[in-house]
Amino acid sequence: MSAVKAIPRAGSKFRTKWLTIVLFLLPAVFVFALFVLLPVVQAAHYSLYKWNGLQPLDNFVGLKNYQTAFDSSIFKTAISNNVLIIVLSLAIQIPFSLFLATLLNRRFRGRGIFRLIFFLPYVLSEAITGVVFSLMLQPGSLVDSGMKSAGLGGFIQDWLGDPNFVMITLFVIISWKYFGFHMILLLAGLKGIPRELEEAAMIDGAGRLQVFRYITLPLIGPTLRVSIFLSMIGSLQLFDMVWVMTAGGPLNASNTMAIAMFKSGFKNSQLGYGSAFAVILFLFGLALALAYQRFVLRRDIEGAVTAYNG
Amino acid sequence: MKLVPQRLLVGAAVIALVAGACSSSSTSPSPSATASAAASSAASVAASATASPATSLKPVTVEWWHITTTDPGKAVFQGIADAYMAAHPNVKINITILENEAFKTKLATAMQSGQVPDLFQSWGGGTMQAQVDAGMLKDITSDVASWATKDTINEGALKIYQINGKQYGIPWDMGMIGVWYNKALFTKAGITAPPATWDDFLADVTKLKTAGITPLAIAGKDMWPSMHLWTYLTLRIGGGDALAQMVKSGNWNTPACTAAGDEVVKLNALNPYQDGFKAATYDMEAAAVGNAKAAMEVMGQWAPTVQAADSTTKKGIGTDLGWFPFPTVANGKGAATDGVGGGNGIAVGKNASPEAIDFLKFFNSQYNANKINSSNIGMSPIIGTEATVTDVNLQAVLAGRAKATFMQLYLDQATSPAMGTAINEATIALFDGASTPAKVCQAITDAAKAQ
Repeated sequence: MSAVKAIPRAGSKFRTKWLTIVLFLLPAVFVFALFVLLPVVQAAHYSLYKWNGLQPLDNFVGLKNYQTAFDSSIFKTAISNNVLIIVLSLAIQIPFSLFLATLLNRRFRGRGIFRLIFFLPYVLSEAITGVVFSLMLQPGSLVDSGMKSAGLGGFIQDWLGDPNFVMITLFVIISWKYFGFHMILLLAGLKGIPRELEEAAMIDGAGRLQVFRYITLPLIGPTLRVSIFLSMIGSLQLFDMVWVMTAGGPLNASNTMAIAMFKSGFKNSQLGYGSAFAVILFLFGLALALAYQRFVLRRDIEGAVTAYNG
Repeated sequence: MKLVPQRLLVGAAVIALVAGACSSSSTSPSPSATASAAASSAASVAASATASPATSLKPVTVEWWHITTTDPGKAVFQGIADAYMAAHPNVKINITILENEAFKTKLATAMQSGQVPDLFQSWGGGTMQAQVDAGMLKDITSDVASWATKDTINEGALKIYQINGKQYGIPWDMGMIGVWYNKALFTKAGITAPPATWDDFLADVTKLKTAGITPLAIAGKDMWPSMHLWTYLTLRIGGGDALAQMVKSGNWNTPACTAAGDEVVKLNALNPYQDGFKAATYDMEAAAVGNAKAAMEVMGQWAPTVQAADSTTKKGIGTDLGWFPFPTVANGKGAATDGVGGGNGIAVGKNASPEAIDFLKFFNSQYNANKINSSNIGMSPIIGTEATVTDVNLQAVLAGRAKATFMQLYLDQATSPAMGTAINEATIALFDGASTPAKVCQAITDAAKAQ
């Protein structure tokens, strides 16, 4: 090819394509703007007022809601609970899903059944899971009697009633619900690794662990990074299961940001204050997502064909 | 030239999609007031289509939201509506039944959009005050002056639905919180008579514990049952005027408040609550009593129905159920006849038609009030209906209500929702052993200041 630069060619062909793209995007952008962007702007607006939802919006308090939020212990517990879930998910849930995915990657009889069983918890609705587990975790109920008959009676805790233990219980249930999803995701990533690479490494004398560390892990890197990203964002949005099981209690010990927002807004009729929580959650999530995209996902989208090449 | 039709096609498809989305959102059933508005307009059109040509009365639709999700209440209310509609063919009453918490959220959303239902469940107090301040309710003082006066309806009950002397709703149930107990379990523990004083109460709790029976059931997750117990202690120790002053001024750093907390600490020390009480809901508490697993609960007049509904036999403990008024506290300034109580009422929305208020009058007739009494879904405050309260325990509650020298509306209703949550959260921390009496009173005072 001669030195013809691959610049977007001016002309009707390019403009047509651009217009078509915009027209196709328009409905989705419209819905997104109306139901996602507009409420974010509205929430930011409401958070500057003291408002109970019934009166007209006239009590402007500026950033006072944010000050109160940062000072309140409820907010601090909520943020630390969200961070706790993120850290525990990354440290325990994702490695566990990866372990199961590598196990299920080899051929054996009944592999399909196992995949189905592990994925099933993800299919249940969060509310149903919450209701069922809260019934099972009542004192003297299924979990307690099961543990007693297995001889583990000494380890029985007040699963959902102990403010110090409740987040651990919730983390276990959340992991149970979502590990199957991450496992399927990572399994798909593993399938993309050519067998010849692993076989070549083993022929060269690498042990199983070394094969995993130097071949498998780097090659499922993109999938793993996406899995981690989804896990983080999901942990920030945590609401339904916690709401059904503990409603943020006992004594606000299992509050998450979303629950604190809901309680202030709808239970306490303090919609300005609740909106402040919502905006803080939004900014936190946005910062996390952008930082992650910039520093971690960058190598996955570098070199992608994003410029228009004729 | 091939490209032009392609572009036009795409553009037309996009416009059709957007236009379809916009128009369908206004007619598709959406979970908000737009649904009821659409439904009422559809219903009034249907009503006018089926109204007999002889009547020239304009068809009217009345939107009524209530929270009685279970029978017999649900059926009784539908029956009252049906009877009214039969007598007034031009009126259509649309009933929307919601669960308690869902109702509060949906009402708040509906009010924000300006679409207030004509008649809806209300507990009076601070929430009603906020609704009146926002202009959401209709002042019905003159409309009901002929049939809702202190001579026809219990004055205390009527006052709960008055704000600044004007009437905004009508009560249909008024009772009093007391202690519901299992007579058989008491006998088993060697208790011959219900305790009249707080010291007797604590002694009885010890006796029940020794007999291996859970003395008291509370609900840590829902918080308000134990809050009522604490309110009673404050009332008994400080007296009605002091409590009213605390509510009004927002200063809870009073001797009565801390002394009440001290009594709770004494009760906690006896370990009287059921296993897992910190995470228990009110339904679990009612089930504990209904299944004879716990001996007592401090609860309102709806307790027997809920205990039965939540019990495994669906019948509760039957004749073993008894009621006694909350015990007095030694050296307390409060009278033994003071009470904490409240009930249910129907508030009238700002757009309610005269037919809606006429239905309210029908609802509050003696005939219907007697039905409410005899099905045990409430205790009517209408004077002259006392005889139809047949349940022995409810008669005792009725007697308590009649004798009451002072009636405090439930604290989480008397104050604003935010204060209510603050009081609930502060007091449950006390019962959970996570706070001290002084800290609780300070927390409530701080919350009042932040209002």
